[in-house]
Amino acid sequence: MDLSLSTRTVGDRTVVEVGGEIDVYTAPKLREQLVELVNDGNYHLVVDMEGVDFLDSTGLGVLVGGLKRVRAHEGSLRLVCNQERILKIFRITGLTKVFPIHNSVDEAVAATD
Amino acid sequence: MATVELRFSALPEHVRTARLVAAAVARRAGVDESVLDELRLAVGEACSRAVALHQRNGVDGAVRVALTEQEKRFLIEVADEAGPTHAAGADATGGDSEDEDALGLAVITGLVEDVEVGNGSDGGVIRMSWPLSPVSITV
Repeated sequence: MDLSLSTRTVGDRTVVEVGGEIDVYTAPKLREQLVELVNDGNYHLVVDMEGVDFLDSTGLGVLVGGLKRVRAHEGSLRLVCNQERILKIFRITGLTKVFPIHNSVDEAVAATD
Repeated sequence: MATVELRFSALPEHVRTARLVAAAVARRAGVDESVLDELRLAVGEACSRAVALHQRNGVDGAVRVALTEQEKRFLIEVADEAGPTHAAGADATGGDSEDEDALGLAVITGLVEDVEVGNGSDGGVIRMSWPLSPVSITV
């Protein structure tokens, strides 16, 4: 199982749909994708993690890095995730306080806070 | 002697293999299905950390994963050969890799009740263990 990435635009948001495993080997691909999006002027990102089977701290680090980048442009990075085993990793690292986590892409795209 | 021992070059692409092997051996040993996800993640974190230490210190070498079925517990040891002074990297700029190291350890200590992080002459060792379920015989 590798990492799959696809992006689409919904209004002023860019949705990054991630599938597969985000680990020490595949996380650099996600990092590249996020850096490229920000460099191209996309500062409001929604990362859809519903298709993610595995996430480790390297993946968390990449998401934190992405958040820092969009915040430098007064942007936002929202996550979509309903999977308990993935949410648990955000909880034990305290990152649920750092990322807005939504139940659906629609909800994340509509969020404005 | 370990039940199963795995040694791999300290490269990111082999970490997934270590996760899968650890989970398979643990399942066979009788570790409860409900904690296999956590075990897989913890082993992956320990291996990722070992690989990162090798890369940061610019040291070649192998990561050793020893999986040992004891009477009541399943023991996993992940050892690196990245050298004795991991603190040397901490003096650097404290960039993303330092953040990831801290996150990795946070995940491990958050997931595993019995965990010990030690340092040897060759490098670091992370020891973790999980209880084995009472013997269940499937017919």
